[in-house]
Amino acid sequence: MATIETAGIVKRFGAVEALSGVDLVVERGELFGLIGPDGGGKSTLLRVLATLIPADSGKVVIEGLDAGRDYREIRSLVGYMPSRFSLYPDLTVEENLKLFAALFRVPAGDNYSLAGGILEHLLPFRKRRAAALSGGMKQKLALCCALVHEPSVLLLDEPTTGIDPVSRDELWRILGRLKRRGVAIVVSTPYMDEARLCDRVALVMQGRFLDAGTPGEIVERHGRETWAARADGMSRLLVDLRSSPLVESCHAFGDQHHVTPSPGASIERLREEMTARGHRVEIREIVPGIEDCFIRVASAHTA
Amino acid sequence: MKAIETEALTKRFGNFTAVDSISFDVKRGEIFGFLGANGAGKTTAMRVLCGLSKPTSGRAIVAGHDVAARPERVKRRIGYMSQRFSLYEGLKVWENIRLYAGIYGARSADIRERSDALLRELDFEEGRDKLVRSLPTGWKQKLAFSVAIFHEPEIVFLDEPTGGVDPVARRQFWELIYKAADRGITVFVTTHYMDEAEYCDRVSIMVDGKIAALDSPRGLKEQFRATTMDEVFRILARGDDARAL
Amino acid sequence: MSKTFPVRLFGAFILKEFRHILRDRRTIMILLGMPVIQVVLFGFAITTEVREVRVALLDPTPDATTRRLTDRLLASDYFTLARVVHSPAAAERALRRGEAEMAIVFEPSFERKVEKEGTGRVQLIADATNPNLAAMFTGYATSIIAGGAAPAPATRLLYNPAMKSAYYFVPGVMGLVLMLICAMMTSISIVREKESGTMEMILVSPARPFMIIAAKLVPYFMLSCVNLATILFLSVHALGVPVAGSLSALVTASLLFILVSLSIGIFVSTVARTQVAAILVSGMVLMMPVILLSGLIFPVENMPALLQWISHLIPAKWYIAAVKKIMIEGAPLLLATREMLALAATGVLLLLLSLKKFNDRAT
Repeated sequence: MATIETAGIVKRFGAVEALSGVDLVVERGELFGLIGPDGGGKSTLLRVLATLIPADSGKVVIEGLDAGRDYREIRSLVGYMPSRFSLYPDLTVEENLKLFAALFRVPAGDNYSLAGGILEHLLPFRKRRAAALSGGMKQKLALCCALVHEPSVLLLDEPTTGIDPVSRDELWRILGRLKRRGVAIVVSTPYMDEARLCDRVALVMQGRFLDAGTPGEIVERHGRETWAARADGMSRLLVDLRSSPLVESCHAFGDQHHVTPSPGASIERLREEMTARGHRVEIREIVPGIEDCFIRVASAHTA
Repeated sequence: MKAIETEALTKRFGNFTAVDSISFDVKRGEIFGFLGANGAGKTTAMRVLCGLSKPTSGRAIVAGHDVAARPERVKRRIGYMSQRFSLYEGLKVWENIRLYAGIYGARSADIRERSDALLRELDFEEGRDKLVRSLPTGWKQKLAFSVAIFHEPEIVFLDEPTGGVDPVARRQFWELIYKAADRGITVFVTTHYMDEAEYCDRVSIMVDGKIAALDSPRGLKEQFRATTMDEVFRILARGDDARAL
Repeated sequence: MSKTFPVRLFGAFILKEFRHILRDRRTIMILLGMPVIQVVLFGFAITTEVREVRVALLDPTPDATTRRLTDRLLASDYFTLARVVHSPAAAERALRRGEAEMAIVFEPSFERKVEKEGTGRVQLIADATNPNLAAMFTGYATSIIAGGAAPAPATRLLYNPAMKSAYYFVPGVMGLVLMLICAMMTSISIVREKESGTMEMILVSPARPFMIIAAKLVPYFMLSCVNLATILFLSVHALGVPVAGSLSALVTASLLFILVSLSIGIFVSTVARTQVAAILVSGMVLMMPVILLSGLIFPVENMPALLQWISHLIPAKWYIAAVKKIMIEGAPLLLATREMLALAATGVLLLLLSLKKFNDRAT
């Protein structure tokens, strides 16, 4: 039996359908990523799994318990961390931890087994008010609070948004550790590059899973031949690339543009054409990433 | 002619030095990325440059005027878009445009024509009569940016403009920034998405109120022998282990 | 989840509430200082007492009777002679210019008329910009003049012999302050948890949210008791309003009202989603009627029937009425049964409504 099993979750808010039929299975010790645009339904899905809001229809089973009926029992098995910092800013690190221990009726102390590794980082700041912590530290404290009761399911809504790359790395290392201890983790993120750190990912948009699978499977299914182009006038290059018959689609990717070529086009011909238009262009083939796939799937879906 | 020139610019709050003697120039028409972790001093520095907050010491010339001596002149020549939307959620799209145009003293005959042009440019004419509240985040941000440059400022300051936006919308947003830069508007942007730094002509990375590095993304990557800006940032942050943990 | 009462959880949350309150220095200062400021404000600055009303006198034919009546009037603390005028037009002018608040006009040959016909005519013209005040002082003047014309009925002013307005407003301030702190502060503090997202963190735990809310009531209940003591101390020692009835009866009525106000606070928090909304609801919807309809400023008896009827729905009105009976009139608790029952019923109703609205799922 899987730790999380859902079938056909539908959730409406008034006239808006936030989730329209989501099927999700997460096994023990699996790290599952939800990636997709804002308003696509990631947060709603996590809130349904956390039993914060009931689904309008569909089945949600967590550790064999039905979320409609046994949601109180589920709550002691699930750790949830919302996207917004939701601890008490005027209480200290220690006071927040003690409060959450009391809330989940576990003994207060320093030896929470799952939170142990993170707790060490927080110890030097135990007397500091939560409001005065750095972004990364706040997230670690929130994670500790979500782990005090040793949940078997951990739900994280954009835990890495707005924190610096060093703290992001650390957070993902922590998630890896928790996963190895058997926790089933569902995490949403706006950072596409984080998708590769997950065992499986789902592309979530308009309340649906456009696709789900291992990062490798996603790239295999949706990745097409991709070229990277670079020149001095990047915005002019973008316009010219898009107007070229050799280019099917083109998107800005930081300091280069990613080009999906039309059938039969070659790098040489595109280079000639761009040079003719006055660009000192540099074009090479690259391996497409999850982000390229996401853009492709997303634009196919909206078109 | 420089768009921004600072010299030993410092801002203290009590004992805390938020901006610690920073000196840098931004060229006209440049896209300048202002990077750093939360609390590194980015937003404070930007507020000083916009004339919203007085520097404790040092000097900053923005759009040809001293921010400490003539903040009003500076404000007239810049545009500003903050991480929180600067649009009124309860007003319609065109009402917001008209309001901002009015604030900057555009004539009403011009406003109508130019707001139509703006919506055409964004390919968003059907959104004219929609309430801003009802728009997706991506559209709100694009609109907020267009409104911030409606009065053709010399420099536009963007404070974490792409927070909470999906990759497709973020890309469209950067294309708007490119277009503005092509028109000669200097773009000064703070972000903590390191991959976005790659879109900038030059970036500075702030650590603890100081500028730890400043160069083009390619230059920085070569200097720190890194393949991505993320790595550059990590190397810079690791130099100060006490902070990283 | 065990069925026993979670003492540790409850204790931890009460401790947390005290920390919130004590760490917010500004709010605690306001909460503790508010009753003092209100008592001082109502006691010394805003006064509805009639004192030194300036009078313009028009007496075309002064004689012994008119002089006797005028002297009686001016001998009281309430009236003072502003000027003597010689025509009705001049009297009106004095009123219009604000030189006088009231004019007394005797008809010509007043004494002779009284002797011949047994009655003489006196007219009182009052500046009624403040109708309550005008009604009060014309009333005083009428009784003084009538008392002089015929053998005076002996008037005894019961319960408030010195006619001090403090007797009138102390119960009102008690109602206002307790309502403000209990209803507004509890609703704000619960809604704050909704806004900051901490309520969701509590919701996803196995704990029942009502437990957390009950924990919130404890510190505000204690704070209200401190305020009650402050108001009573100030009214007895600074304003000289004694507690005529039994102190225990007064405290009992007050504790009941505090509980009702706390349940109002909880009810508001189930309706409001943002702190601003909570402030507006408790500020406009609750405080305004309390101030206007509970008899704090305007006596309920003088209101139109509709407003009087509405005022029955306001818990503070019942409380203020009970305090008046017990504290000022010295009545035993038994005589305030009606008021106490009305309060108890409101409290139970609101708690039931909130319990029904409050579920352990987010909205």
